[in-house]
Amino acid sequence: MKRQIKVTSLFQMRDLKAVGKKFVHVMYPKKSSALLRDWDLWGPLVLCVSLALMLQGGSADSKEDGGPQFAEVFVIIWFGAVVITLNSKLLGGTISFFQSLCVLGYCVLPLTVAMLVCRLVLLAGSGTISFIVRLIVVMAMFGWSTLASTAFLADSQPPNRKALVVYPIFLFYFVISWMILTFTPQ
Amino acid sequence: MQGGGSAVIDMENMDDTSGSSFEDMGEMHQRMKEEEEEEGEAGAAEEEDGEFLGVKGLRGQLGRQVADQVWQVGKRQASKAFSLYANIDILRPYFDVEPVQVRARLLESMIPVKMISFPQKIAGELYGPLMLVFTLVAILLHGMKTSDTIIREGTLMGTAIGTCFGYWLGVSSFIYFLAYLCNAQITMVQMLSLLGYGLFGHCITLFVTYNIHFHSLFYIFWLVVGGLSTLRMVAVLVSRTVGHTQRLILCGTLAALHMLFLLYLHFAYHKVVEGILDTLEGPNMPPFQRVARDIPVVSNAILNTTAKAVALTL
Repeated sequence: MKRQIKVTSLFQMRDLKAVGKKFVHVMYPKKSSALLRDWDLWGPLVLCVSLALMLQGGSADSKEDGGPQFAEVFVIIWFGAVVITLNSKLLGGTISFFQSLCVLGYCVLPLTVAMLVCRLVLLAGSGTISFIVRLIVVMAMFGWSTLASTAFLADSQPPNRKALVVYPIFLFYFVISWMILTFTPQ
Repeated sequence: MQGGGSAVIDMENMDDTSGSSFEDMGEMHQRMKEEEEEEGEAGAAEEEDGEFLGVKGLRGQLGRQVADQVWQVGKRQASKAFSLYANIDILRPYFDVEPVQVRARLLESMIPVKMISFPQKIAGELYGPLMLVFTLVAILLHGMKTSDTIIREGTLMGTAIGTCFGYWLGVSSFIYFLAYLCNAQITMVQMLSLLGYGLFGHCITLFVTYNIHFHSLFYIFWLVVGGLSTLRMVAVLVSRTVGHTQRLILCGTLAALHMLFLLYLHFAYHKVVEGILDTLEGPNMPPFQRVARDIPVVSNAILNTTAKAVALTL
C-alpha cells in the first residue's frame, strides 16, 4: 500500500529523545543494540562541535597559532573515525560504515565531559595540583571512552582479531585526550 | 496510460473501499506534480528542439524520454561512485593478519638476517606499517608538546601527520624507484611494508628519548636501535639485488635516509629549536631564558650566534 509522502521537519522531539538515550548508553556501556541499530550522527556532531569550541582560545604566547583550530579538531575527529571504521571493515568486521561512525562519535562524550572539568579546574588555577587533577580526570575519561567503544565495536569482529581493532581506537582517543590535557587558556 | 496522459486521473482504478483512497489521491497528485516538473525541466532543456516539433503530445513523450535518459545517466554515475567505494576490497588482502603475526613481525624488524644469498621473504601487509605510522604521529605530538615547540606556519597536528606520512610514502616511493633502476626484486607494497616496520625502531627510540632527556642516551639509541632496524632493511634489500654497485646505491641511500630521519625527528622537535626560533624573531625579543639541561652552554651560544649570523645574511 503506497503511503503519502509526508514532509516532516528535519529534527524532532523524537530524535532528541533518541539522542539522549544513546548518551545514557555510552555512559553505562552495556550490551544494547540501540546505538548500533538506529544510528544517527546528531550526537557526534554536537559533541564534536562543543569539544572544538571548548578547545578554542588556548595558546602559548604566539598571536597566530596556539591551540588547535576549530577546523583542525573537527577534521581530526572525523578523519580518525573514518580511518578506524575502514580499518575495522578491512579486518573483516560486520558492522556498517555509519554504525561505526555513530559509536565512535558518541563515545567522545566522556572526553567532552573531561574537557568541561578541565576548563573549570583551570579557572581555579594552573599549578601543579591542577595539572595532576586534570591528568587523573582525563586519563579516567580516556579509559572510559576506549572501554565503551570497544564494548560496542569489538563484538562485530572475529574473536582473535579484537586486539587489532582496539589499538587504533586507543590511539584515536589518546590523541584527543592529549589535545584536552595540553590545553592552556590564554 | 493514455498518450500525454499525465493530466488524466484514471478513475476506474480508484477503489473507494480501499480506506486510504484519500492517500492515493494525495500520492497521485504528488506524482502528477513531479511529472509536470520533470517535463518542465525536460521542456526547458529541449526548447530548441520543440520549435520544429510543435505538437504538444509529441513534446510530452519526448520530455518523458529525456527525463528517462537523465535518470539512467544519473543512476550510472551513482553506481560508478558506489563501485569506487567497493574498491576498498582491493585493500582487503593486505589487512589479513593475526595479532600474533603482527607481534612477530615487529620483533623481527629489529633482527638483521644473516643469509643474504637468496631473496628474503617480505610480508606484503599494510596493517602493521599503518599503525606504526600513526603511533609515530602520536609520539611526535607528545614530544612536540613537552618541548613546547612553537610552529609558526601551520599546526602541530598537520606537521606531525605530514612529516610521518610524507616520510613513509615518499621514501618508499623513492626507494622503489631506485630499486626499479637497480633491478631489485621488490614490489611497492613490500617496500611500504618494509619501511613501515622499520619505523618501529624510530618509535621506540623517540618514545624513550622524548621522556628521558639525555643526549648521550639518544646517541646510543640512535646507533643501536636505529642501526639494527636499518641493518635489517638493508640486509633484506641486499638479498634481493644483484651486483655490487646496485647494492651499494640502494642500501646506502636507504640507510642514510632512515638514520637521518631519526636524527631530524629528535632534533627538530627538541628544546634546542626553541632558542633558534626565538633568536630569529628579532632583536626586540627577550633573550632565550631557559637552557635545556643537557646542552652545554657553549654549544647553545654557538647555535645562537650562528642563527643570528644566518638571519643577518638573509
